[in-house]
Amino acid sequence: MNAPGGIGRRRVTPALGLRFILLAIVSLVLMVMDSRNNHLPQIRQIFSVAVYPVEMAVNFPFKGWRWVRNSFVERAFLLKENEELKSTQLGYDVRMQKMAALEVENRRLRAMLNSSSRINDRVLVAEILAVDLDPYRQRFSINRGLADSVYVGQALIDANGVVGQIVGVEAFTSEAVLISDADHAVPVSVNRNGLRTIAVGTGDSGRLRLPYVTNSADIKSGDLLVSSGLGGVFPSGYPVGRVLEVQRRPGQSFADVIAEPVAELDRDREVLLVWPESDTGQYGKANLAELEQ
Amino acid sequence: MKRSANTLVWPVSTLLLALMLSILPMPGATANFRPDWTVLVMIFWLLNSPDRFGLLTAMFLGLALDTLSGALLGQNALAMVIIAYLVLKFHLRLRISPISQLTVTVFGLLVIYHFVLFWVDGVSGRTVPYSERWMPLMMSTFLWPLIQRALHQKYSNGRAEV
Repeated sequence: MNAPGGIGRRRVTPALGLRFILLAIVSLVLMVMDSRNNHLPQIRQIFSVAVYPVEMAVNFPFKGWRWVRNSFVERAFLLKENEELKSTQLGYDVRMQKMAALEVENRRLRAMLNSSSRINDRVLVAEILAVDLDPYRQRFSINRGLADSVYVGQALIDANGVVGQIVGVEAFTSEAVLISDADHAVPVSVNRNGLRTIAVGTGDSGRLRLPYVTNSADIKSGDLLVSSGLGGVFPSGYPVGRVLEVQRRPGQSFADVIAEPVAELDRDREVLLVWPESDTGQYGKANLAELEQ
Repeated sequence: MKRSANTLVWPVSTLLLALMLSILPMPGATANFRPDWTVLVMIFWLLNSPDRFGLLTAMFLGLALDTLSGALLGQNALAMVIIAYLVLKFHLRLRISPISQLTVTVFGLLVIYHFVLFWVDGVSGRTVPYSERWMPLMMSTFLWPLIQRALHQKYSNGRAEV
């Protein structure tokens, strides 16, 4: 950086303390700005583009290995898998026949009640990048960013249920937090009776805590928890977890309820980004128009 | 001109490798033992070529770590700049000290580094367990003599060729 040689070095040394103080102040200011209003999007994005090659270089061998493993699977295995998939598909087809009729009915009823119809959310598949973020928090990166119009607060689901939400969007990648992170909470309702509560992460990817359930509430182990849609982050109706155990203590007003996430939080490779259809979306309007005629 | 280009390739590639190692996925609980690769390699280059690498290098490495790890922007940067300042301030004394003494010094620097990270986490209200903090510290200290030897050998070889 500086000209080599004794003179250059000697001239630089006295300013060392001053430069140190300047840089320390710069990083303190960055931290305060980043933590206070949580948006330094431009600066963060410049850096994220700069370190993108490093992330890709780390991800590449894992991607290659996955590719090699997929290319050399046995024929017998593929045939068996194909058969299994076909039979599940058949099952789904049968259910879908009814589904189409039910969906129309549901929409008509909802339109009559003047409420929203949220059946078809738009989704996009995203791949989880094989990079480790802070080991003390449950975060991960996915390979979709601003270019795919991902936004902060967007919900992530997998084939089984809610996975987490986006907390930071960069040019080509985004950072997401799992629902089991100790700083995260999901508004849920018990599917059996509609009881609303909040599922809080524990830091352990196999457990959620429901701290705000009263002792007298109707909840028991095995109950399915679905997202309630309150709070506006997670679209309603997606499975979140299953209640594992309920402990009611006579001396306390709240019960200890532990639930297990239904999404495979620590095994996923692909997740789905969800864009909820808005309340005044085309379906609601179209149906109202149909009904009015 | 040619000399500077040649001697820059090795440090820059080792620093990039260190950054990659710092986000390489590790199986299960071993992630808690991940040494601070970037800090170790940076300390080495600050000690051995202080006219090329200085506080700005440390700052940018720290910011790269912040972006890669999703930490608060400036958290690693502050910690890096603080230990870079200490290394540069005492580098003439540190350079001639034997490897055992230097390892103890590196341990001290890493304690400061982790304390700054921990302190910032606490002030910004992030919930972070603190007993796990000691694992990377120990791993890094044990690795320092190896890293120093490996980098030093290659470094002096490169110099001899030029």
